[in-house]
Amino acid sequence: MKITQRTFDAVIVGAGGAGLRAALQLSESGLRTAVLTKVFPTRSHTVAAQGGVAASLGNSEEDHWHWHMYDTVKGSDWLGDQDAIEFMCRKANEVVIELEHYGMPFDRTDAGKIYQRPFGGHMSNFGEKPVRRSCAAADRTGHAMLHALYQRNVRANTQFFVEWMALDLIRDAEGEVLGVTALEMETGEIVAFQAKATIFATGGAGRIYHSSTNAFINTGDGPGMAARAGIPLEDMEFWQFHPTGVAGAGVLITEGVRGEGGILRNSAGERFMERYAPNAKDLASRDVVSRAMVTEINEGRGCGPHKDFVLLDITHLDPKVIMQRLPGIREISIQFANVDPIKEPIPVVPTCHYQMGGIPTNYVAQVVAPSGGKDAIVPGFYAAGECACASVHGANRLGTNSLLDLLVFGKSAGESAAEDVKKSAKAHKPVPQEAIERTLSRLDRLETQKDGADVRETLLAMQRTMQNHCGVFRFADKLKEGVARILDVQRDAQRIGIKDKSKVFNTARAEALELDNLIEVAVATMVSAEARKESRGAHVRDDAPDTPENPNGRDDKNWLKHTLWFKDGNRLDYKPVQLNPLTVGTIELKKRAY
Amino acid sequence: MDEARAARLRRLRWHCRRALLELDLMFQRYWRRVDEGHDIDAESEAALTRLVAMEDHDLWELVSGREKTGDPRLNGMLDRLRQI
Repeated sequence: MKITQRTFDAVIVGAGGAGLRAALQLSESGLRTAVLTKVFPTRSHTVAAQGGVAASLGNSEEDHWHWHMYDTVKGSDWLGDQDAIEFMCRKANEVVIELEHYGMPFDRTDAGKIYQRPFGGHMSNFGEKPVRRSCAAADRTGHAMLHALYQRNVRANTQFFVEWMALDLIRDAEGEVLGVTALEMETGEIVAFQAKATIFATGGAGRIYHSSTNAFINTGDGPGMAARAGIPLEDMEFWQFHPTGVAGAGVLITEGVRGEGGILRNSAGERFMERYAPNAKDLASRDVVSRAMVTEINEGRGCGPHKDFVLLDITHLDPKVIMQRLPGIREISIQFANVDPIKEPIPVVPTCHYQMGGIPTNYVAQVVAPSGGKDAIVPGFYAAGECACASVHGANRLGTNSLLDLLVFGKSAGESAAEDVKKSAKAHKPVPQEAIERTLSRLDRLETQKDGADVRETLLAMQRTMQNHCGVFRFADKLKEGVARILDVQRDAQRIGIKDKSKVFNTARAEALELDNLIEVAVATMVSAEARKESRGAHVRDDAPDTPENPNGRDDKNWLKHTLWFKDGNRLDYKPVQLNPLTVGTIELKKRAY
Repeated sequence: MDEARAARLRRLRWHCRRALLELDLMFQRYWRRVDEGHDIDAESEAALTRLVAMEDHDLWELVSGREKTGDPRLNGMLDRLRQI
């Protein structure tokens, strides 16, 4: 079947921070640039980022990109690629100052410079003492960033396709990427977007977990499309979790609640942190608290009908303190847990927050995949932001490096793409009909499926499987069982049926198509996590404890390598970590301790 | 319901997909009630259309009750979105 074809120099999927930064680079280079986005650009999840963006501007005290690089490598538990990390930390000042020139309303010092505040893990002189490195715009940094970038794109004539959902990557027989197929939500029409450069900036896939801080749009569309097109996903076992999200909702309860005297309790009402951290108790570090919570749940001391959460109790605090110091928390608890924390404890559970892995790229955002035993560039394909894995976050992300990642690698993707497009032949390569047919048959299957599985039930089954078997603290037997279970859910996902067949804004169809992407990410995560038999960064296994030989359970001898998961055959491969930076010496391996 | 209105409501539902999880959850709860048979009358539709045109952080301030709206036509819908 013939479908409409639209031709651009570059097509970008996603209009959050990374997509908008890439688009700006391309449009300002004079290239015809299309951005496809499921929601209006300024409603992308980047809006939710509050913390700030890291740059060693040194506006408040001495700082250096090399110190920032050290903190990032250490944060990554040495799984981050040191060439990409050097590139990002060196570029930080440039991209932040550019953003300032685009009109970003950064907080200011009295002298009018960008104000910088301290943030966990930011240190001077290679881990010596805290340094003020985070640049913020009040608590709306992500929001302000998106607005500045969107306005600039409008000025640069970027063409936005709002409420368009990308469906599949178009690749030819040589493996070159030639664009995407996409669905216009308003009409239901399928269109092929032909381009010399295709950039994925689709954000994270945190919705694979039952408890997630991610908005509903974060469905791993980029990784899903890449995996279906034969491109591996890198380091998908690494996800950052926060200890206290409202159970069943995912909305964060800030650490400040425990700071004010909040106590974690199990089903017997016991203050269980006294057993795990006799001194720090409820104020122990994030990973210690998360691990204790999961152990309580796994050993049957969880609360509620499924015994799958613990309680955060502030009922002993003076109601005046709660009203004055924690007003937002009271509102969140009432709205999302249906409890007034003045009278009843809040149900909480460790909650997924950020995806460290993704589509593998080099440090200039070109997608790479193994070929003949080494990494080869996938022609015409680029990725940036949370959907990509450069890899700068490795096994765990340093706070405020996520917004920096968007800016540096968004810009870099735009630069690489612009350079390649300008060097390329004048004519576009033809779009192979087989690629179009693959999308159409996927849609056709959805339309004609008889007695199909229900989208929401299957989504929930996936989310519960991920939460219970591959959460913040992992167990060999649970992971093994999790692999079998997630493959069962995948079989259901392959036979989803929808009752509503309407064309205009068919949200049931959109949710089913999103599930196709989520399930790829979920399978990649479970299989990669089951296989990695060490603890590193955010991947913590019960059977890989802290020993003198393997501090923190990290096994560099066997596992200092990146995971690559391939959809085809559900296969794993590994590639070495890039330990050589671009211009400085290697930051040598050592135990990660703060 | 005629198809034009049904399509308009589906569009409105898609516009309830937000940048902030808090808002997603609020709207999800609302649409579940609609799916269970609660009527969405023309007044509610108009109020919801106005609300979803707002910026996420501003909308959350209103929905969570931290800010008050100057538009009395929105109060009924804001009350319905809250679960108190």
